[in-house]
Amino acid sequence: MLDLVIFYFFAALAVGAAVMVVTRQNVVHSAIFLATALLATAGIFLSLHAEFLFIVQIILYTGGILVLYVFVIMLVNLDLALHQVQFNRRWYVALLLTVVLGAEAFAAIAVSRQSLYALPPAPAQALDPNTEQVAWGLFHTYVLPFEIASVLLLVAMIGGVIMAKKRI
Amino acid sequence: MDLNAILTWPYLVPLICAASIVLVLPLVAGYIVLVERKVMADMQVRLGPMRVGPHGLLQPIADALKLLIKEDIIPENADRWIFWGAPLISVTAAMLSLSAVPIGPVFLIADLNIGLLFILGVSALGIFGIVLGGWASNSHYSLLGALRSAAQLVSYETSAGIAVVGTVLLAGTLSTTAIVQKQATDGVWFIFAAPIGFFIYLVASIAETNRAPFDMPEAESELVAGYMTEYSGFRWALYFLAEYTNMIVVSSIATILFLGGGLRPFSGTSALDFLDYFPAAMMLGIAGYCFYRAPKQPVAVQKGFMAVVGLLCGGLALLLAGPVAVPALAAIKPGLHGGFWFLLKVSAYIYVFMWLRFTFPRYRFDQLMQLGWKFLLPVALANLVGIAVALALHRGLGWNVVLSFGLTTLLTVAVAGFLVWVGEGREVTKIGEEEETAANA
Amino acid sequence: MVPIGHYLFLSLLLFSIGIVGVVTRRNVIIILMSIELILNAVNINLVAFSRLVGSVEGQIFAIFIITDAAAEAAVGLGIIIAFFRNRETVLADEMDILKW
Repeated sequence: MLDLVIFYFFAALAVGAAVMVVTRQNVVHSAIFLATALLATAGIFLSLHAEFLFIVQIILYTGGILVLYVFVIMLVNLDLALHQVQFNRRWYVALLLTVVLGAEAFAAIAVSRQSLYALPPAPAQALDPNTEQVAWGLFHTYVLPFEIASVLLLVAMIGGVIMAKKRI
Repeated sequence: MDLNAILTWPYLVPLICAASIVLVLPLVAGYIVLVERKVMADMQVRLGPMRVGPHGLLQPIADALKLLIKEDIIPENADRWIFWGAPLISVTAAMLSLSAVPIGPVFLIADLNIGLLFILGVSALGIFGIVLGGWASNSHYSLLGALRSAAQLVSYETSAGIAVVGTVLLAGTLSTTAIVQKQATDGVWFIFAAPIGFFIYLVASIAETNRAPFDMPEAESELVAGYMTEYSGFRWALYFLAEYTNMIVVSSIATILFLGGGLRPFSGTSALDFLDYFPAAMMLGIAGYCFYRAPKQPVAVQKGFMAVVGLLCGGLALLLAGPVAVPALAAIKPGLHGGFWFLLKVSAYIYVFMWLRFTFPRYRFDQLMQLGWKFLLPVALANLVGIAVALALHRGLGWNVVLSFGLTTLLTVAVAGFLVWVGEGREVTKIGEEEETAANA
Repeated sequence: MVPIGHYLFLSLLLFSIGIVGVVTRRNVIIILMSIELILNAVNINLVAFSRLVGSVEGQIFAIFIITDAAAEAAVGLGIIIAFFRNRETVLADEMDILKW
């Protein structure tokens, strides 16, 4: 019962914040609502017993990536932006297509979810101790994707530095 | 609702701890400001605030009242909602991160498995409060100050995080109570195993809290208080509270990780158990000093006040000596003495903050960023590798602990020295030179 | 545990809102933020299944996705700033230099 209440709270917060992200005129307001959506997602992770992912979401996503977004917004913030049209001219076509796509996927899940419910959920203790299991997986089983991810981050760092130079 | 059900409710202790932190913290932050002014005065051979109350002890109350009754000015064209919300984000992030800090083994709101990362991550959310506050003020100085401050915070957060990871390697866990426990079972505080890590964390935490000598973004002679420029009255008080709470949080992290928070020195050696009387002895010493100075006060109310403070310290000494001398009360010893030692270490760390503030001149912003990225981060990485190698040598190959850790500390110091040597050799380009070389190239 | 269908619907809803944001808005920064929403929706899906099955592999994949999002945000925002320095605009409609 408490599980369901917590889920609905965080889900409503995430969906509400997401709608606000997409519809606000002011970019900084969108960024703040994105922060709220990310924190609500972190709450959902915590309720799913994924405590390491909860804290990684807060430190990396909210405390790192979003700060970067807010920095860039402040560097490119034009006062003109408040008076510009923020939605492109084909927005109704886009909305219609997305609604159709969403409805299809919704129907697909709604029809087949009974077979998913037949699978009993594993006990929550299977994911404890969470940090140790994640570490074991990252450094033992999936060490090759881990190394590739670090090369990816190196490439992104070099790319970011080059983008910022005035003369290459 | 019988009393037993309430007393055994599992959320009772966390609720009491949380309520006491929220109620007591603003007062404590105010008194840390007073202590800072008194320490500053002492280092500058003067007396500090003496007027308001005996020896200036009611100064924080007067300051708080003044801030509360000040006019609440909101700049024109400022974004009202973000202007209102930005100090709240800072204060909330700072106070929330105190929930995983164990003030002694008993006073803990949430014993998380990931407690250390929680404290680091949630206190990093305070950056939003700073950047949004600077932006919402609709003023160039505020925005520049906010961006500078946020850039500084983010840069030093990486070095602080890597220094912390070094001690997590030593402890083998992220839970704050378990880290303190590991220092008890190992018998040595982690500052002795990772002194370079402590140094890195000290420098990085000073920069994290925007304290001098890293306070360029908010110094009065620079950007007119930076992101806090347009905030007046109670909103400014909230930012201030957030800054001092952040100071307490970083001191708490340093105490837990490096100084064995809550443990008395040599907690494992039972031969030195007489050190358990140190808290009571220290309080008795303070009480004795108060009674000694009381007759020498010029004003009658100050005499009475010193006597009252002496009596309070004496009472505290009795309370601290009780569990040690009387075996029947030994159950409350871990909580009481743990809290005392933790607060003593946090106070010592904050005193070092203040000491450094009044000693060093301010870093220029580009010097600050160079220090963070070109010196501190490589040294932090070298420290991490050093601790990992030392642990592999000690636990894996069975080398002597002093030999393995001493060797890697020396190697890290060598790396730091090399970086300093390289930094000295780097020329400082003057402002016109860069465009000249670009035009000539 | 909350039934898995709830998490799937939530993930789908966030995904659709993200797609609406990507195809509807003109401001490139908001398009990037909507992409972050899409990645978060996928993360919720992965973690819900990791809880259902009882293995942490879903969470490991989610960590890789977060890493990838960080790299993409850094490079994407760098490109936006470089473009802004040249053309003074962040609207996707006006970024048409390569159009013939």
